[in-house]
Amino acid sequence: MADNPNDLHEHKGMSRRTFMKNTGLVAGGVVGGGLIGGLLTNQLQQKPEVQTATDNGQIQDARVFFSRGQDFDILAAATERIYPKDDSGPGAIELGVPYFIDKQLSTEWGVNAKEYMKGPFAVYTTNTGNHNITKDQNKQGPNAETQVPAPTPRYQTKMTRSEIFVTGLRELDNVAQKEFGASFVKITGEQQDEVLRMFEDGKVELKGIGSKNFFNMLLQTTLEGAYADPVYGGNKNMMGWKMKEYPGPRASYAAQIEVEEFVKLDQQSLRNYQGH
Amino acid sequence: MVTKLEKVDVVVVGTGWAGGVVSAELAKAGYKVVALERGKNQTRDDYIGVKDELRYTNRYEMMQNLSSETITSRNNLDEVALPVRTRKEMMAGNDLGGGSVHWAGASYRWKPYDFEIRSKTIERYGKAKIPEGMTIQDWGITYDEMEKYYDRWEKTAGISGEPDPLGPDRSSDYPNPPMKESPPIKLFKEGAKKLGLHPFQVPAGNLSQGYTNPDGEVMNACMYCAFCTQYGCDFGAKSDPLVTVLPTAQKTGNFEARVGSYVRRVLYKNGKATGVLYVNTLTGEEFEQPADVVVLAAFTFTNNRLLLLSGIGKPYDPKTRKGVIGRNYNGQFGITFLGARGYFEDKKFNYYAGAGALGGAVGDYAGDNFDHTNVDFINGGGIEMRQYGKGAIASNHVPSGTPGWGADYKKKSLHYTYRSLVVWYTSANMAWWHNYVDLDPTYKDDYGDPLLRITFKYTDQDRNIAKFGIEKSREILEAMGADIIDEDQVPEEFDHVYDGGHYAGGVIMGTDPSTSAVNNYLQMWDAENIFVVGAANFPQFAGHHPTETVGALAYRAAEGIEKYLKEGGPLVARKEVSTHV
Repeated sequence: MADNPNDLHEHKGMSRRTFMKNTGLVAGGVVGGGLIGGLLTNQLQQKPEVQTATDNGQIQDARVFFSRGQDFDILAAATERIYPKDDSGPGAIELGVPYFIDKQLSTEWGVNAKEYMKGPFAVYTTNTGNHNITKDQNKQGPNAETQVPAPTPRYQTKMTRSEIFVTGLRELDNVAQKEFGASFVKITGEQQDEVLRMFEDGKVELKGIGSKNFFNMLLQTTLEGAYADPVYGGNKNMMGWKMKEYPGPRASYAAQIEVEEFVKLDQQSLRNYQGH
Repeated sequence: MVTKLEKVDVVVVGTGWAGGVVSAELAKAGYKVVALERGKNQTRDDYIGVKDELRYTNRYEMMQNLSSETITSRNNLDEVALPVRTRKEMMAGNDLGGGSVHWAGASYRWKPYDFEIRSKTIERYGKAKIPEGMTIQDWGITYDEMEKYYDRWEKTAGISGEPDPLGPDRSSDYPNPPMKESPPIKLFKEGAKKLGLHPFQVPAGNLSQGYTNPDGEVMNACMYCAFCTQYGCDFGAKSDPLVTVLPTAQKTGNFEARVGSYVRRVLYKNGKATGVLYVNTLTGEEFEQPADVVVLAAFTFTNNRLLLLSGIGKPYDPKTRKGVIGRNYNGQFGITFLGARGYFEDKKFNYYAGAGALGGAVGDYAGDNFDHTNVDFINGGGIEMRQYGKGAIASNHVPSGTPGWGADYKKKSLHYTYRSLVVWYTSANMAWWHNYVDLDPTYKDDYGDPLLRITFKYTDQDRNIAKFGIEKSREILEAMGADIIDEDQVPEEFDHVYDGGHYAGGVIMGTDPSTSAVNNYLQMWDAENIFVVGAANFPQFAGHHPTETVGALAYRAAEGIEKYLKEGGPLVARKEVSTHV
């Protein structure tokens, strides 16, 4: 793992193209359902191309939350549109963002274990909700959270985040079918953007959630997957941090705090920091 | 089955700065003190090796688990309040040391004006300057009386700073010099000076050098690692109760902190408290802890809720505008801390580095430091530029007009990662007759007790002062040479997000028992052996961060409690005056 950006292209993990090829096959195989589909999936996962890369942590790249491969494929395609591969470096898929989200959805956060989930639940049928926007993530200024027009419904659904994700992803597919006559993973990138924008603008009815809320959650978790410590399954090989020139956790930045010029440091992850 | 425990001199609910200071002072004076903390034990060891942005900043590791209890919120009296369900929207500190462990460290003294805002406003501008329905009042204590408590807390906490050139008189210097001046702070100060303002370094609870406080507690110099606000310090370099007052209390042998203890009631008989009822959160066992003095030093929400659940003090009723518990709910949230973000094309700051309270400030537009004759609000606020230091998830700001996702967003967010700075105005929400807290009629906690309900809406005062602050922040960013400046927008209404920790009022101090719950020793008018300590005491907020004033009030309360334990009875004579509501 050097800082040379050329290394990104030599990275042995799944490129977007390889990934789409594989998942396309898996999805195709599962159409028949049941045992055969399952066997086919197993066989595909034994392809040497995928398994050789265990030294880069790819042995951890398997679904632990999404039971249906199709849901995961939609997620992968959507995150790649939100955070695409470009000349500055890898996109969401190469960074492992879909696996990051998959893992997050089975944590205490994904099942809302530390949230107040007692009834009665108010159900919003409109799309004015914006409860997942983060002030630090917003595009317009430091306190964008307060820019949401009132009244702002809060998180009031009975559904957990993991349930919201499954519902939302399947609705992405429904809208793709309705608007473009094909599954979300089969339509063009521009068409995928159009579907995502419909959710972002709250134009899709998603009862109890609000399509805008789902979109904001998808956006936020995609960025988290690109930039959280690699221990969570995203930010593969700290490539997200390398693009950002973010050095990672350190004991001290006392030597940098007064320096006028930008000081570029090598990346260090939690694993390095804890001294493993 | 409730197990009745052996009586102690003082039982304290909460272990943050308020509970910690009171516990340390009384244990040092030889009294037996038990502090009850609903969260778990935590020490500096819990923060070593866990500098993890996702876990602490995005998943709120240090915040209260809301699965049993949260608050409900609404804007108007005729609305149904709904629970604030997620930790993203409701962040209250938890575990030993409370919210005082994850705090940033900004430590300001409040001004003479702040403690006598009503009298001083009338004196300078006339009675008509205070709008109808704004229930601001004097504290019943002056800055001059508070000064020695401020001084004491600053020394305990080892505050690193330089005096605000426009700030109040001080009996001594800060115990430690200001923190390092980073290039963004230098730029801010230069910009402010160009405008004729008076910049200074934000007084910080992040230590500029190694320090031993008057109680013998040792703290280290800050390393500017940026894992500060919303984190505990792994280096013992952020002043918090875990490295100061709690070990001080422990050393006396007179103190016990009992974690996992969720207090449900203050037990009250014949005008006095007899102790508290609490549940062990791990076993479900119930205990009665009898005590001569009960100190409520939990967060604002819990202090209010416990009094309301226990039926102590007269609850405030907005319809009659009478009653005291829950009255004058106020704070510094939502529409406050607005300003502008500047983007600098030819600069790249080392903003991965920083500390909670590292920053520059100006006080020219704070309090009544400027003439309010021609503005349509009262009070003011500090202006700050802080270098918190940011993780990779948090630093994705792009100028307005840029798409919020996709190729262009990625490109711009990478380009601007280290090229933007925020300047903001730390104004405050005043007190109004319609902003208050009471018990929710519908939603309950795991034990079947009602949640606290908050009723709060913005007024023209809030919107006008916010506009003023945004304008001033913009002027400074222009003077700093920002290429693009994005101003915050002023929200129409409060959005029910409780993420800043600056919530206050409801158990306010004053001189008149009909408009205040506690006297100026924080002793309840209606129960002489109950002391309530914390931001719940603020009759209204000032335009600076609150922690130092909470710390100072805790020293004041400790003095009062000791006096009460020796002499008994009310420490201040009741003075009924006509209410001004």
